[in-house]
Amino acid sequence: MCFTQNFWSLLISGLANGFVYALIALGYTLVYGVLQLINFAHSEVFMSGGFAGLFLMDHLVGKGHVPSGLTSVGLVLAGTIVAALAGGLVAYILERVAYRPLRRRHAPQLAYLISAIGMSFFLFSLAGKEFGRDSASVPQTFTNGTVFHVFGAGVQTYYLLVAGAAIIMLVGLDRLIGATRLGQGIRAVAQDADTASLMGVNIDRIIALTFIVGGLLGGAAGFLFGIGNGVVYTMGFTPGIKAFTAAVLGGIGNVRGAVLGGLLLGVCENVPIGCVDTSWRDVIAFGILVLVLLVRPTGILGERLGRSA
Amino acid sequence: MTETQVPRVDAAAGVTDPVLDVDHVTLRFGGVTSINDLTLAQQRGEILAVIGPNGAGKTSLFNCITGVYRPQAGSITLHPEGGKPRSLLRAKPSKVNRLGIARTFQNIRLFNALSAYENVKIGVESRDRAGPVSAMLGLPNYRREERASDARTRELLDFVGLRDKANELAASLSYGSLRRLEIARALGTSPQLLLLDEPAAGTNPSEKNELTALIRKVSVEMGVSVLLIEHDMRLVMSLATRIVVLNFGSAIAAGTPAEVQADEAVIAAYLGSA
Amino acid sequence: MSADALGAVGGRARLPGGLTRAYAIATGTDAKRLYSSLVLGLVLALMTGPAGSVTAPTSGIHHALLAPRVFGFLAFGLVVWLLLTFSGRVGPRLRGVRQRVAAPARAVTAHRTVRWSWYAVLLAALILVPRLLTGAYQQLLVDQIGIYVLLALGLNIVIGFAGLLDLGYIAFFAVGAYTTAYFTGSLPAKPPFEVTPFLCFPLGVLFAMLAGVILGAPTLRLRGDYLAIVTLGFGEIIYDVANNLKQTGGPQGVAKTVPHFVFGDYHWKLANLPYWYLLLGILVAVVIGVSRLENSRTGRAWTAIREDEVAAEASGIPALRYKVMAFAFGASTSGFAGVLFASKNGFFDPGVFTEQISILILVLVIFGGMGSIWGTIVGAAVLQFLPGYFRISGSSVFQPQDIYIYVGFLLIIMMIFRPQGLIPSRRRAREIGMAEAGIGSADALAAPGSAP
Repeated sequence: MCFTQNFWSLLISGLANGFVYALIALGYTLVYGVLQLINFAHSEVFMSGGFAGLFLMDHLVGKGHVPSGLTSVGLVLAGTIVAALAGGLVAYILERVAYRPLRRRHAPQLAYLISAIGMSFFLFSLAGKEFGRDSASVPQTFTNGTVFHVFGAGVQTYYLLVAGAAIIMLVGLDRLIGATRLGQGIRAVAQDADTASLMGVNIDRIIALTFIVGGLLGGAAGFLFGIGNGVVYTMGFTPGIKAFTAAVLGGIGNVRGAVLGGLLLGVCENVPIGCVDTSWRDVIAFGILVLVLLVRPTGILGERLGRSA
Repeated sequence: MTETQVPRVDAAAGVTDPVLDVDHVTLRFGGVTSINDLTLAQQRGEILAVIGPNGAGKTSLFNCITGVYRPQAGSITLHPEGGKPRSLLRAKPSKVNRLGIARTFQNIRLFNALSAYENVKIGVESRDRAGPVSAMLGLPNYRREERASDARTRELLDFVGLRDKANELAASLSYGSLRRLEIARALGTSPQLLLLDEPAAGTNPSEKNELTALIRKVSVEMGVSVLLIEHDMRLVMSLATRIVVLNFGSAIAAGTPAEVQADEAVIAAYLGSA
Repeated sequence: MSADALGAVGGRARLPGGLTRAYAIATGTDAKRLYSSLVLGLVLALMTGPAGSVTAPTSGIHHALLAPRVFGFLAFGLVVWLLLTFSGRVGPRLRGVRQRVAAPARAVTAHRTVRWSWYAVLLAALILVPRLLTGAYQQLLVDQIGIYVLLALGLNIVIGFAGLLDLGYIAFFAVGAYTTAYFTGSLPAKPPFEVTPFLCFPLGVLFAMLAGVILGAPTLRLRGDYLAIVTLGFGEIIYDVANNLKQTGGPQGVAKTVPHFVFGDYHWKLANLPYWYLLLGILVAVVIGVSRLENSRTGRAWTAIREDEVAAEASGIPALRYKVMAFAFGASTSGFAGVLFASKNGFFDPGVFTEQISILILVLVIFGGMGSIWGTIVGAAVLQFLPGYFRISGSSVFQPQDIYIYVGFLLIIMMIFRPQGLIPSRRRAREIGMAEAGIGSADALAAPGSAP
């Protein structure tokens, strides 16, 4: 049976992808929580993180020899942080340019979607112009080997890195939303923006910070993804839609749902690859998107930011 | 006052030729019961007023009848003139309207960027049959229907006294005119039963008098049954054939205006005696 | 904003008076607008500047911003700022003048005979002028302008009339094109019967419409922004399927040339003019049909749903059915254009049906004015003409591969400054104005069935 063939190794690589989707999905879910809008340009936040990490690694890692030990850890850490900062910055610019002027005018919802799409196209095509249109690979920062086996399938260093980094960030976000003043503000705006504003919450500030938090996660995800898959100006598009699928799958606006949805989608799109060609993976993912929206548009855990966080 | 202490009355008693039957309807939102085992019926041709304190479930009742909410229990039946009774429970709002129930909204919902004329015409032509292809080709059946609905639209604008405002944007009309325009749009769909949700709210005394006259005209000249929610007691008492009083989602009194005015449960509910 | 400034000033109470005043000016509305305008100039400089590469990521930026050319763009930003700042003072007076000029003009054009003679002149020009053009421009007229105007008119029904956001519009174009290739026997997969390309029009339209209904009927029940993402996903699926299946020829495209139209004994081959006249005929028919549709029961029902779905339903309009109808109209127009495209070009591969093209068509509609037929036509024609012109004339001002930078830029600028488009539909402009004043909505994107 094709399903049992390579099942475990496909499951493991699917989970690693799933962690990346989860990190991006959180950006969609956070913004959706406070604005009830799909941020179509979030995929470009991811892309900018990928490029920032790439440039830093190009700068730091010498040609011809692969760093090891603490140097590797330090490099990956630096890359992730710089990528996250780049993502946060782009997300902030995005909010200031494509969202805030429209909010001032009480523009209809359609206008936000369109300006976000515009922002997305502008950013990725500009990146293509400035940084070239060919895929570039991130210099090796560590030796990727099999660390241990699960049911005969090797678990590679890269997968562990992605999972570990993602889990740290996810726990951090959970604490941020659950236990800080900012988290309280985000939850308040998500529940009822008007009331929150009457209670003295600075809505503009909370929205901008929400974009930034989502951007930090998305940017970091861009670097983690770039290590394994290379960096190219269109890299945001497909993971972007998939992460959105993940957010909807878990229940958009729901932080834990986004993580659950990301992992589930990563596995669901990858395991059938044992049966069909790899090139069908995207079709499977988008098929899942269409199906979820038709069958259970509120997702597995239901919509609502803050309730489960 | 807890729910069990609310006196219940049968608001369907004495109705011989009902146009609408609401039978043991219960509507809950989460843990809150908005309508509690409500039974009422409306006699064909009468003006039935539903009154009660805020939160008594009046607008919820309208939303159940028109298919916006789906009650957890009970049945709602429309008896079209000379037709078979139709259950309204699973019908979408547009379907309910097609079956013969039109409504207005408490907070006026007109199409603001369209003219008064177009607002009424949208109601009138919702009954037409010619599809988009006939319209694109300009086929004779489409032209015929268009002429007929134009004529009907003008007639209705005359009827509510807005003929001279036909080409003005809905958003630019005065409050009383908006209320009348919304009634005209509803009448455009040729209903047997018209649901009016606080038609006099926010109007000044002279507009209120005009609206009272208009509602009476709708009932008398058009023969449309009217189900009315209203807080203005003068208007209710002068218009209603019969009144049903709701409190906590149940009918606590029913009868002619005079009977209801004398009812102790009603006085208690309004004065808030515990 | 002024409160910000006041607070800031208060916090610096110990500064000398001149400095506080300078600070207040530097953080005032006019100043902020000046910064934005200058940033706009820099962004334009970056967009139009030289390209960089991944090994020298800053070289493009360096040559675009640290070169004398940047002063030109900063000057442009300054002009924008002056316009924005003083249009508030000059604007009303200008508007008065415009109204005085426009009123008699409108009175003249409103006259039936005058209007029809204008149409006749326009039509004559569209028939005669292409004969004088060179082959390259004729091809531009058919392949880039004509077909895209048709596509934009179809999308305008979906987004402009019904207020729905369809981001996978090109997928239906692909359905039309592949239907044509299939039924003319040009795909590796052979059909049960072969037909002439003309007969593919009804088939292509039928299949595209079916795809639209199958996709739209379930999705349109949901929140409107979900439709956007589902259509986006659907567009990707169609692209991936066309790219991966052996039966469609995969990335190599169709197996043998799709036959061109044949009319009697006349083979159209690759000549441009016959296709142009066919397109022109179709466009005239579509414009007449769509403008009738706009002013019909269906058009008004779409407006009603866009403005207030609950009220529309309560007035007997089955909103879902009308939305599906709009979606199907859009899809079938796109499918129709796909048939024309397949037969005209003879050869195509999945690369023509990418997501980017869907967004490009969206820009064509928004630039001219959502919901406005003439706006859509003019907007699409202008935006499609410009890149073609730069390409044919060999100008280096504009690199064709940069087109999506401009597309994205235009979308943002339009949404910020002129969401109703260049030649807006009167209804749409009113709606946007009212929505901004807090009355009603201007799209069908809110959750359907939200309680009154």
